[in-house]
Amino acid sequence: MSTVQLESTVVSAAASSPAVAFRTLLTKEMLRFWKVSFQTIAAPVLTAVLYLLVFGQVLAEHVEAFPGVSYASFLIPGLVMMSVLQNAFANSSSSLIQSKIMGSLVFILLPPFSHWQLFGAYVLASMVRGLVVGLGVFVVAVWFGPPGFKAPHWILVFVLLGSAMLGSLGVIAGIWADKFDQLAAFQNFVVMPATFLSGVFYSVHGLPPFWQGVSHLNPFFYMIDGFRYGFFAQSDVSPWLSLAIVVVALLLTAAVALRMLARGYKLRN
Amino acid sequence: MTAAIQVNSVSKRYGSVLALDNVDLAIQCGEFFGLLGPNGAGKTTLISIIAGLVRASSGRVAIMGHDVVDDFRAARLSVGVVPQELAFDPFFTVRETLTFQSGYFGLQGNGAWIDEVLENLGLTAKANANTRALSGGMKRRLLVAQALVHKPPVIVLDEPTAGVDVELRQTLWAFIRRLNREGHTIVLTTHYLEEAQALCERIAMLKGGRIVALDTMRGLLARVAGLQLTMRPRGRPPDSVLAHKIDERDGLLTLRLAHSTDVGRVLAECAAAGCGVEDLEVGRADLEDVFLQLVTDRPSAGASAGAPA
Repeated sequence: MSTVQLESTVVSAAASSPAVAFRTLLTKEMLRFWKVSFQTIAAPVLTAVLYLLVFGQVLAEHVEAFPGVSYASFLIPGLVMMSVLQNAFANSSSSLIQSKIMGSLVFILLPPFSHWQLFGAYVLASMVRGLVVGLGVFVVAVWFGPPGFKAPHWILVFVLLGSAMLGSLGVIAGIWADKFDQLAAFQNFVVMPATFLSGVFYSVHGLPPFWQGVSHLNPFFYMIDGFRYGFFAQSDVSPWLSLAIVVVALLLTAAVALRMLARGYKLRN
Repeated sequence: MTAAIQVNSVSKRYGSVLALDNVDLAIQCGEFFGLLGPNGAGKTTLISIIAGLVRASSGRVAIMGHDVVDDFRAARLSVGVVPQELAFDPFFTVRETLTFQSGYFGLQGNGAWIDEVLENLGLTAKANANTRALSGGMKRRLLVAQALVHKPPVIVLDEPTAGVDVELRQTLWAFIRRLNREGHTIVLTTHYLEEAQALCERIAMLKGGRIVALDTMRGLLARVAGLQLTMRPRGRPPDSVLAHKIDERDGLLTLRLAHSTDVGRVLAECAAAGCGVEDLEVGRADLEDVFLQLVTDRPSAGASAGAPA
């Protein structure tokens, strides 16, 4: 046994930087979707544009959501936000479930990451994917009917908060699900209906009172409504109310996700 | 002196199954330590608790004096774990995988050490290959490399040679021995007992979640000191010979003898009793005998059963 040389061969704890660790995980999470960007970015952009082509054409004559706003212009922010939200969710949830099923999650669990670092890296990468897809949808869609930028700070606030909330919801779903079909169920029975029924394609003012009431229970409605306010300075409810509800939804999902990560729920059992 | 790994009264319960039952263990710095036991004995559970992959139901574990729960940062920086299951991230190349893993431990500019690890594990030629394209043996090498990127003072290998060819085993053990000589503590689990016997200075044997033996290799081998004599008697050997019996099957009688001089005595006694002897074979007791004796309930004449754990 010789412990003499140990000092020189072992990395001292001081040489290890939590900032480097965080940056590395964030980079890796972004590269993960970037390396398959055809599937993770191009495909959702195409889907959104197809919605715009079909619904924009078919419904243009029948719907006037806001006075003085064409249906295509009305639809674009909704589609952008829907793509942002769905892709932010898809990123963290699929990354976690894939590495859980492949067994490669062990490489994240062995290093000294805190639950804050794990949460931050997964959610930030999800936000980036959501924003990249959203920007892609916007750049293509804007040719169909340019919406205004009446209050751009609201655009920014809602796109950031909304993508963060869905990123952390994705962390929760990715940790909770043991199999791909459980995750698909979460995606198809929770995230999809909630985004679809949130006023992406219509103004909830046009709905019967009962369904208006139901829509107002859906946090996704406030994300899309607040986001749209940034373009038209018109919305179904006040952007401040939407902001308050989105912030609460984000804090709730973040608290649950952080608690799961801190306790190692389903990860270190 | 701080132990490399200190395990205090650790239990782990999965539902109604007690995977680890009040385990105490101290592994000193610089040791080459073997953790042996049959499947389901609790080896991987213990290693997972040491690595922070599983939380103990009760008890505490410290690595280089750092508690694996309360001081997890320092504890995880101090240990490198080669998991038993082959896992890989299919999005990246071998070098990318190692650079990321090094970054996860908060290290930058670690390229020289990564090159050295690649070289020593025979992975240099595959450095730019995608992990998906690697053979099973190469994936195993990559797992070992990933555990070493942060030069941990304690290295834990959970069955690193399962399903691995002879060449890799030689390369791997040469490298691990070198790291041990340089002061790294090594903890190894394996089902290849001759491997453990060749490498480990000290051994803990687990059975049903408990440590049933904890001793130096020399001490363990001394428990089954002497020789094993296997023979096919033609007739009934005298009682003085049968007193040494540890096994009898298919007409083959196995005896445990304290000294080589006893062989002549046994044969002479058989001859005197008119009992001929065929198929004579003499072997020295090895770790496998100790293992079988401690871990299964095979009867043994020569060794003292019971463990001072």
